[in-house]
Amino acid sequence: MTSHAAAAEGHAHEHHYTTTGLDNRKVAIWSFIGSECMLFASLISTYLIYKGRSVVGPLPHETWTDPSTGAVFKPILNIPITSASTFVLLMSSLAMVLALAAVENKDKPLPANAGWWDRQLASSKLWLWCTCILGATFLGFQAFEFTSFVHEGLTLRRNLFGSSFFTLTGFHGAHVTVGVIWLGSLLAIDYKRGLRPSDTLMVDIAALYWHFVDVVWIAIFTLVYLIK
Amino acid sequence: MATAATAPAYTSSESHGATGLMSWLTTVDHKRIGILYLHTSLFFFVVGGLEAIIMRYQLMRPNMQAVSAETFNQLFTMHGTTMVFLVIMPLSAAFFNFLIPLQIGARDVAFPRLNAFSYWVYLLGGVFITLPILFGLAPDGGWFAYAPLTTRTYSPTQNMNFWVLGVQILGVSSLAAAFNFATTIINMRAPGMNLMRMPMFTWMSFVVQWLIILAFPVITVALFFLQFDRFFGTNFYTVTAGADPLLWQHLFWIFGHPEVYILILPAFGLVSEVLPTNSKKPLFGYPVMAYSGILIGFLGFGVWAHHMFAVGMGPMADTVFGVTTMLIAIPTGVKIFNWIFTMWGGSLRFNTAMKYAIALIGMFTIGGISGITHASPPSDLQQTDTYYIVAHFHYVLFGGAIMGIFSGIYHYFPKMYGRKMDEGLGNLHFWLNFIALNLTFFPMHFSGMLGMPRRIYTYDAGQGWETFNLISSIGAFLMAPAMLVFLYNFFKSKKHGEVAGDNPWDAPTLEWSIPSPPPEYNFAQIPMVTSRYPMWDITHPERTAEIPHSTKGWDEARHRSDEHILPGGGHMADMAPAHIETAAKTASELDIPMPTPTIKPLLVALGMLVMVASLLPFFAGKTSAFVVLLAIGAGTMIYSLYDWLTTPLEEAH
Amino acid sequence: MAEHAVNPDHVREHPTWKQYKWVAAILTIITILEVWAYYIPAFVASSAFVPSLLLMSAVKFAIVVMFYMHLKYDHKLFRVLFTGPLVVAAATLVALVFLLATWIR
Ligand code: HEM
Ligand SMILES: [Cu+2]
Repeated sequence: MTSHAAAAEGHAHEHHYTTTGLDNRKVAIWSFIGSECMLFASLISTYLIYKGRSVVGPLPHETWTDPSTGAVFKPILNIPITSASTFVLLMSSLAMVLALAAVENKDKPLPANAGWWDRQLASSKLWLWCTCILGATFLGFQAFEFTSFVHEGLTLRRNLFGSSFFTLTGFHGAHVTVGVIWLGSLLAIDYKRGLRPSDTLMVDIAALYWHFVDVVWIAIFTLVYLIK
Repeated sequence: MATAATAPAYTSSESHGATGLMSWLTTVDHKRIGILYLHTSLFFFVVGGLEAIIMRYQLMRPNMQAVSAETFNQLFTMHGTTMVFLVIMPLSAAFFNFLIPLQIGARDVAFPRLNAFSYWVYLLGGVFITLPILFGLAPDGGWFAYAPLTTRTYSPTQNMNFWVLGVQILGVSSLAAAFNFATTIINMRAPGMNLMRMPMFTWMSFVVQWLIILAFPVITVALFFLQFDRFFGTNFYTVTAGADPLLWQHLFWIFGHPEVYILILPAFGLVSEVLPTNSKKPLFGYPVMAYSGILIGFLGFGVWAHHMFAVGMGPMADTVFGVTTMLIAIPTGVKIFNWIFTMWGGSLRFNTAMKYAIALIGMFTIGGISGITHASPPSDLQQTDTYYIVAHFHYVLFGGAIMGIFSGIYHYFPKMYGRKMDEGLGNLHFWLNFIALNLTFFPMHFSGMLGMPRRIYTYDAGQGWETFNLISSIGAFLMAPAMLVFLYNFFKSKKHGEVAGDNPWDAPTLEWSIPSPPPEYNFAQIPMVTSRYPMWDITHPERTAEIPHSTKGWDEARHRSDEHILPGGGHMADMAPAHIETAAKTASELDIPMPTPTIKPLLVALGMLVMVASLLPFFAGKTSAFVVLLAIGAGTMIYSLYDWLTTPLEEAH
Repeated sequence: MAEHAVNPDHVREHPTWKQYKWVAAILTIITILEVWAYYIPAFVASSAFVPSLLLMSAVKFAIVVMFYMHLKYDHKLFRVLFTGPLVVAAATLVALVFLLATWIR
């Protein structure tokens, strides 16, 4: 039983025997994602239920005039900006799969005729950076959106729309923030000791989380922003 | 077995040389964590029981003034909250922890440190939510905490904050444990332990983990809304801002109904182990039992609004939820018949565990039948919010869940401590408890039908409720001696009980193939399983002649384990066809790597609790105290979490 | 599980840049279509608007899950672990909206 030591030195967890042959962490992250489905379903349902029930504006898609002051509040959602941030998040998912592929294929030698682009594709650092930056850009858009809404008079407390909108998109934003930190720590590991194909699973579970946060946004973008 | 019966009880605590307090604070052994859960929840059981006895004293006669209305509100809120979140769920968790790895032939759970974390979060959350009652500050909005009643407008004091924060914390504990056990059951089964061979307790636990995974996020969201309303002034439950007064009720019961199955299914699982063992026959209709469990779990998400018939949802919704509720009674009834057929024609052994198991069948049936009477909306309108409902849910929860768990405690005590509990005292405990249960809750059917509402702190004479209330109170007082007998038996038997040996009940499943108490690594050789009842295959092959046998899964396991480490460490050579293990060597003698004990999960839990508690001064407008607590809590949590994630599970040898 | 692949975690090879770039392109095109639809008042007013938007986002959702999250390629257990909860979540959402939303009545 001397191979213990050898296994423990390397990445012992990679080689653990399991019933299904799958890694425990991957089974756990998928169960977690299942749980998150219910979390976001509850948040989105509440937003939808409260649609059209605010007694004061500002409102998402309609103009509202304050009967006592005559102040006019324009529809508050900014579709062009949000379309841009949606695109940014979609692209971050692309960068994420490329980062995963780069880690997975680290040990495969590049073909002799590999061009500049093939070398870029093989760089896990590049794609992790891209994912992080795109994620942070999305958060920047959200920060901009939130502050401009507050300037226009929409706060958490203002009306039902404010409460349910900020809570739903805020929860999503918090998930993106956790994702950026998670990916940042992978990047730190990559700089410290280099991510190896044996680390694929570690990157894979972060990627699954990241893509899930992306699909939640796909739902939010349509249900909250586009459908009137 | 003969040798084991004479050998002194094996002590499993010699690992890493620690037995003191520190070894408990740092343990990552699922069996010790299970024992921690068991003791803590028994403690909370006493607390919740005392609250109940005070309430029953107050209700013993009309117009009593033993406690004020305000105190009474705190008592019934905390009684319900305690029994659901701090007693039955963690008692079940004690068995998840102790039994699941043993039943599936694993050396550990999938994430040992996460497991410790779940326990510490439970303990700290439980203390957080329980302490305020000593200062008259306890939550007072019912265990269902109906908003808008619980919003800041109508509950302006700190009381409800302990609930909205405490239950959130407890949810973290349940969810973390659920991911852990779901992964463990999917992924850590021994070779040949196919899904259709898992012991029924593990099956029911598996369903429960999924119920937790899917139901708890919903209450998490409902609680966030309520916290935001109370702390940050949002409008989720502010009716004047256009909010729907039913939103909380819907979200709560979407969680709440699956929750009642979270409470009962583990007990169902336990009696499904006890009944075949003590009937000396395989479980009748095993696949039907498994499938009905899944069906209950699935349908359990489609019945929640039967708690809301009185709010006027309209004929359409009432009909749909009435029908789904009646449907869910079918798989539940199927289980009852399966247990009866399991006993049918068996040679029954009436020990305490068996008596409790049979009591579950009878008492749960009474609760199930009253449940069906309020599955029909018109009939429910007569019953809702009366003592009839209180009778219903105590028959299913006390008569079902608690009876099943006591059955499990008597049955598994020898496995946990190597000694049996005293049968004489067990018998006394059983009969006292059984009589007390029926004395307390049966009359409530009548007081309820006579119109006595739930949650009232006192009542006038002359409404025909006096006798029933008096009987109920006498029954409740009788529970105290029953519990004392149990606790005496429990603590005495740990030290002085009759030495049990590996398999005192001649039971059929894997947990009985190893010494009692099990060594820290559980299985010196990972058992390779050929049927549902590996132990009976060895000791009583005639009992298992009818059930399927095969070595399906062995080849694949052999193939894969050549390159891999076995569950919890070890190698191919460590696998052997299911067998009886008696040798009690240490993990290091066997060269089985064990996870390193660590305090970090406790520190993360502590940091989280402090962080959450910082909202209390925030609520009172004490900003500096808020900031300080938040910083300390967040700092501790983030630092310990980082430390945890960057430390490997096992020390390299 | 029947497939005794050497590395069952990757039952089939994951796609590469060649496929990923098309996936990204399709996602982008659908997003453009969605936003475009939003700016056509006649379409917004028609009864096809909501269903077509729901359909488009469902397609995007499915594409990300199948290709980027590799559900199309990975072990079937993961498909079960995801679709089960997704179905419960979607059913709960629909039921809640029908029970409580005022705009649907
Ligand atoms: C045969 C299956 C069952 C049926 C048909 C059923 C039906 C019901 C119905 C319709 C109600 C709402 C009554 C009302 O408030 O007007 C109810 C309440 C309740 N049931 Fe059941 N039930 C069943 C089994 C269970 C089980 C297994 C448990 C727990 C182990 C349970 C625990 C409860 C609790 C705690 C309440 C009261 C909740 C509250 O208002 O505080 N029930 N049941
Ligand atoms: Cu229910």
